[in-house]
Parts: sequence; structure tokens; C-alpha cells
Amino acid sequence: MKKISHPSQLQDWKKRLLAEQPAYDKTIVVSSGTCGQASGSLQIIEALNSELEKKDLRETVGLEITGCHGFCELEPNIVIYPQGIFYKKLTPNDIPRVIDETILKNKIVPSLIYEDPRTGRRFSLQKDFPFYQKQNRLLTENNFRIDPTKIEDYIMIDGYQALAKVLFDMTAEEVIAEIRASALRGRGGAGFPTGLKWEICRNASSDRKYIICNADEGDPGAYMDRSLLEGNPHSVIEGMIIGAYAIGAAEGYIYVRTEYPLAVKHVSIALEQARVRGLLGKSILGSEFHFDIHIVEGAGAFVSGEETSLMASIEGRHAFPRQRPPFPAQEGLWGKPTNINNVETWANVPLIINRGAKEYSQIGTAGSKGTKIFSLVGKINNTGLVEVPMGITLREIIYDIGGGIKDGKNFKAVQTGGPSGGCIPAEKLDLPIDYDTLTQAGSIMGSGGMIVMDEDTCMVDVARYFLHFTQEESCGKCVPCRVGTRQMHDILTRITRGLGEERDLDQLEELANSVQSASLCGLGQTAPNPVLTTLRYFRPEYEAHIKKKSCPALVCKELLVYYIEPEICVGCLLCKKGCPVEAISGERKKVHAIDQDVCIKCGACLEICPPKIKAVFKYTGKKKEKILKKKLSEKV
Amino acid sequence: MEIAKILGEFHGLQKDLIHILHRVQAQFGYIPPEAVAQIAECLKISENEIFGVLTFYKAFSLEPRGQYLVTVCLGTACHVRGGVQIVEEMERKLQVKAGQTTPDKKFTLETVNCLGCCAIGPVVVVNGKYYSHVTLNKVEPIIKEYREAG
Repeated sequence: MKKISHPSQLQDWKKRLLAEQPAYDKTIVVSSGTCGQASGSLQIIEALNSELEKKDLRETVGLEITGCHGFCELEPNIVIYPQGIFYKKLTPNDIPRVIDETILKNKIVPSLIYEDPRTGRRFSLQKDFPFYQKQNRLLTENNFRIDPTKIEDYIMIDGYQALAKVLFDMTAEEVIAEIRASALRGRGGAGFPTGLKWEICRNASSDRKYIICNADEGDPGAYMDRSLLEGNPHSVIEGMIIGAYAIGAAEGYIYVRTEYPLAVKHVSIALEQARVRGLLGKSILGSEFHFDIHIVEGAGAFVSGEETSLMASIEGRHAFPRQRPPFPAQEGLWGKPTNINNVETWANVPLIINRGAKEYSQIGTAGSKGTKIFSLVGKINNTGLVEVPMGITLREIIYDIGGGIKDGKNFKAVQTGGPSGGCIPAEKLDLPIDYDTLTQAGSIMGSGGMIVMDEDTCMVDVARYFLHFTQEESCGKCVPCRVGTRQMHDILTRITRGLGEERDLDQLEELANSVQSASLCGLGQTAPNPVLTTLRYFRPEYEAHIKKKSCPALVCKELLVYYIEPEICVGCLLCKKGCPVEAISGERKKVHAIDQDVCIKCGACLEICPPKIKAVFKYTGKKKEKILKKKLSEKV
Repeated sequence: MEIAKILGEFHGLQKDLIHILHRVQAQFGYIPPEAVAQIAECLKISENEIFGVLTFYKAFSLEPRGQYLVTVCLGTACHVRGGVQIVEEMERKLQVKAGQTTPDKKFTLETVNCLGCCAIGPVVVVNGKYYSHVTLNKVEPIIKEYREAG
């Protein structure tokens, strides 16, 4: 395979590829990121292949395997072009029908199309889905169009054109000026202006500089970086090469978490393809610029997402953070000036060069430009990755795009920014979101995880969950984080067990403030946020746990009983059979009862009780006491 | 022998350490203590430092893992959908605690802080195979699949 040694050859390559494209009547696109594969997309691909073969349609029907399409709730799914017909939640048994009806007869298969859970309206075309309509998919739209394992697909959608423009028509200073003009801010969470970061690193004097792509997406509940790396790895690589040129770096690293095997695979393939084609390595595109990228797989430590820890990890050491300054731009990897950006930030770079900073900066709010990808997960109808312009309101994301709360429940809070972020309550739903408004609300943008919580989510338990997470992931280097998160977790655990005391809340706040101000790195400095925001917005819930020993959301096990309502139970034996500890007694067609002394509160009976009957309930507070007392009196 | 072969693919630099540990872990299912001495000699760093690094990161284990590695996700999205109950049910069915291996060396149960497939949670992964929307009642069938597989 020949290396591209001039921008004109890149153009020729693209033209040739487009001319050689088989003229299919229809193309079936299968979403096959990790979510897709976990839901069975590989079996769908197998079924499609065998069906196309069997019906002799190879010449007329194309099959394209792509990364994630964003609407993860409906995996495994396919889109049939040119119409854009979207079929959801497929099984291999559906495939013969899809081929016979839609491919051969141009008919829709009604049972496979999407129904909006909120309105009941049905949609056959992907572009009409309310989920997609309010999005602005600048970065993620290409996930529909390219096979991430084929560089040719990226070339056909003008891939590496921004790189050619930068290398041959722009000076490094001009590139930085363009990024500064776009007002792009770091998508990893803190929102530092990207162009400024590059400039500082460029101005640092050194014989060697490095750039790093931080793909250690450790925030639980966030997976947009995984989706970009899996679905469009070349866009990130192109952004990195442009950044390296602007900064004057000769070497780059992509640090990917080991929990993302498919992303590691796709990035490795993409790097090799770029190298073979002369887009990485010596004399890129025939210019005098040399640059290469290595991939480093993380090893399962959340703290390695922090930039100084990440560099320590690349150097082959414990991922311990260190004091800043010196900042990485001054002294980074192996003591050399280093620029670190997150995956999504890098992916924005080619886009800004192609469209121009002026056009790019029209999207968004005064302080935050462009789009942001959020992972909309938790108790929401339309779970998935959504890319929206900065400044959109939470309400628009959760209700218009997300289709509202699951099972018609009430919205309670949305958690943004992972363990460093906070919980935002219902009264803030009309908040236009950008870096600054979220910070004012006590949370942060973070990497973009958005976990929706409903009335069944206990906010004290959520705070405990996050503190459990941070105290486990604290590297232990500095005392405030190591000991402080542990103490906070202990207090929260006590409260969720009904052992809380009134002074606990003051102590929590005091500890939170100490940990926040005295910790060494971002992990500790932000770890108290989930506690502080839940205390700020959901204090009555804490008080209920402490004063009434009750968990209003019916989550905290120690404060609950499971109870079979005798008037409702039909005696079907299902719960009795499903109970792992044989705590349920009763005979067929006779009322069942739970022995509270034996019950471990696993919830199996509630899950298994038929929805039509619904005889199993959870009770807390006074009602719980009453049930336990009754039980006691029966014994006496 | 096999460790020497892995070491031969690298340049004997400290920055290779995590890559090497990944390779050894993948090859043996754990990091055998004798491998540590060989790595230390090759990279010219102390065994002490290597033990420090490998116990810092969760991806490495000093004990052999079972034939099937059962990983239950406890990311936020899985947590609010009941991931903890899934772990507890797994613990009951396998009769080991998270982090342990069954006496017959068949299963190792572990938890992970997020696999990034939050839309389909709660998620369980067995040797790379993903199970989505796992409920308490699906736990037994998942385990059974591997018990019977031999």
C-alpha cells in the first residue's frame, strides 16, 4: 500500500474511493459498538450475512458495520438506507422478514419500528425520532456512516482534509489562533480553554514535547469517549496530529482504560492504518512534520484519569498524582512539556478546522461553545448518547430527547459529572446547561455523564454510593482524601442503616469542606460534591433517615421490610419458590407470609410477584415498625 | 520461558512495565510471583516496586483466577437499577464473596466500577460475554450456562 505523500493524493484517493463505491440499491447499517454487541448485534450481522447470501442479494444490498448510533436503549438496531428506516431490538429471527418485506418489497415491518413511550406515536424513519430531532450531532453523526475499522470510510467523508489544510496552509500559530477563536473548552470536565492550553505548551522551551489523549473515561455512567473511539477513531487521531503540529510535539499517547477492549482494538487498527498510509510517522502527507502515536492500556485505577497520575502510569509507575504547579504544559511526561486533552476535545479539532472557528463558535452559549455529548442513563425512557448544543435546558434533554422518566414515575434529580459532580433537583430543570451554570448549581459538567434519578432513588444512598466509590479509588497519597473520604463514607453508611445522629450532618459538611480544600488532586477536591449537593437540595431526606429512621425512597435495606399484603396475595407460590433463603411460608391458594427474621431483603419476591397481582410491598418508618411489632406479638 | 518470550518483545524500559504485566496476566490469568523477579531483572527496577505497581492496579491479580471470570458492573447507572442486588445474588449462588474464587476454581466473582454500557444495565460479563438488563431471576441461568459448559 502506497503512502500518501501530497495533499492532492489524499483528494485523488477520496475521489477514487467514491468512484469505486458499489452502486447498491439499499444498504443495511448495523450499530455494533459495545452496547450493540452486548445486546446481540454480532448475531444480527451473522443472520444478515447468511440471509443476503441465501437470497443472492450480495450485488444489490450493502452491509455496513458501524459503531454506536447513540440510541442504546433500542439495541441491537439497524438502519436501512437510502430511506433511513430504523428497526429496533432485533433478534436473528426477525432478519428473514426484514429482507423479504423491506429489502425486497419496500414494505415496513410494523412490529419492528420504534414507538415513543411518551406519546405512543410510531416512527419508521430514524430522522423523525424525537430522540434525534433536538440533537446537533456534529461529532456523533458520522457513527452512522463509517465502519471504524476501515480508514477508507473516513477518507470518503473528508477525513484527514483538516490535517492537510493545517500542514500545508497554516502555521502552528495560526492553528492555535483558530482553536482559541473557536473558544473550545476541555471536554474532560474542567473546561479549560483548549487553545490557551496549547499555546502555553507551545511556548514552553524544550527539545521534546508530548501530547496525550486522555481516554481513561472512569466516571461511572459516562461512555461518550468509548463511543467516539469505537465508532470514529480516526477523528480523534486526526485531532491529535493537528494538535501535535500546533504544539510542536513529536510523540503522542492515547491512554485508554482496559475496561474498553473494543475501543482499544479499534484505535490500534486505526493507528496502524494511518501509519501505513503516511498519515502518521515520518513526513506526514509529504510535509516536514514527523509525529507518531502510541496506545497505552490502563489497568483499572480511576485516579489515572487525573492528568499527573495518568502521566505516571504511562511512565510505568503507580498512578499517583503530584502537586501542580509545575503544570504538565511546563513539566509533564518524563519532565517534558506535555499537553493533555480528552477524547471529545480532540475529536472537535478537525471539525473546527474544517468549518472554521467562526461558524463553530455560533453554536452554544457565551462562555461555552459547540456541542457536548452526554450519556443519558438511569431511570429514563430513551437511554443513550445525546449530542446537544451547549445552552440546552435539562428539561429539553430529559423530556424532549430522553422521553421522560421510566414507568411514568416522577423525576427527582439528575446527577452530572460522576463522582466529582453533584445532584441537581427538579426546580433546576430549566437551567440552560454549560460549564458555568452547572458549577453554579454545585455540580460540574464533568465528562458528561447524566444519570437520571426518580422517586425510587434514595439521595442519601446515592451520596453513600459515590463516597464508597471515591474512598475505594483514592490512591492514598494524601491524608485528606484517604482518611476524609473514608470518614464521610462511614457516616453516610451509618445514616443509611438507621444509626445516624443529628450531629452527623454538621460533621459531614465540615469534613466535606476540609477534603475539598486540602486534597492534593482533583479526585479528592471534588469527592465531597455529591454529599454537598444532596445536603443542599435534599436535606429532608437525610433528616428522615436520622430522625424518623425511615427511607422515603424505599432503598436503604436496614430501614425497610418486605411485606405481602394478605388481601392482595392469591397464593401462587411464585415468591415462595423464588426466595433464596426460604423466608416465605404458605400453600397454594393460601396467603403467603414473609418471616422477617429470616428475610435478607434481596427483593426477589417483589420482582417475581406477577405485575397483575402486585402483592409484595416495601415499607419503611412507622408502617415498618407496625409490621415488626405485629410479628413480635404473634410470637408472644 | 514464556515470560522471557514476552520480555523479549519490549525494550527493557520502565514504561514497558504495565504493558508487560498486561501480557503476563493475559497469558497466565494472574501474575506468577516468579515472573516478578524476571521482570525486575529485565527492567532493572526492584521487585518491591513491581509488587507496588501491580497491587495498585485492579487489572492485575497475584492469585490465579477461576476458569470463568464473572464481572458485575456497579457503575452509577447499574447501581440505581439494582446492581448491588445482582452482586449479592451472585455471592449467594456461587457461595463466594466478590473478589474471591470458588474452591473448584471454576468461577471468580468480581465487581467493576463501570463498563460504559450504562444503557443496558445492570450488566454482567462472563469471560467477555455481556449479559444485559440482568435481574435477580437471570442470575441462576447465567451461572448454570457455565457450570454445564464444563
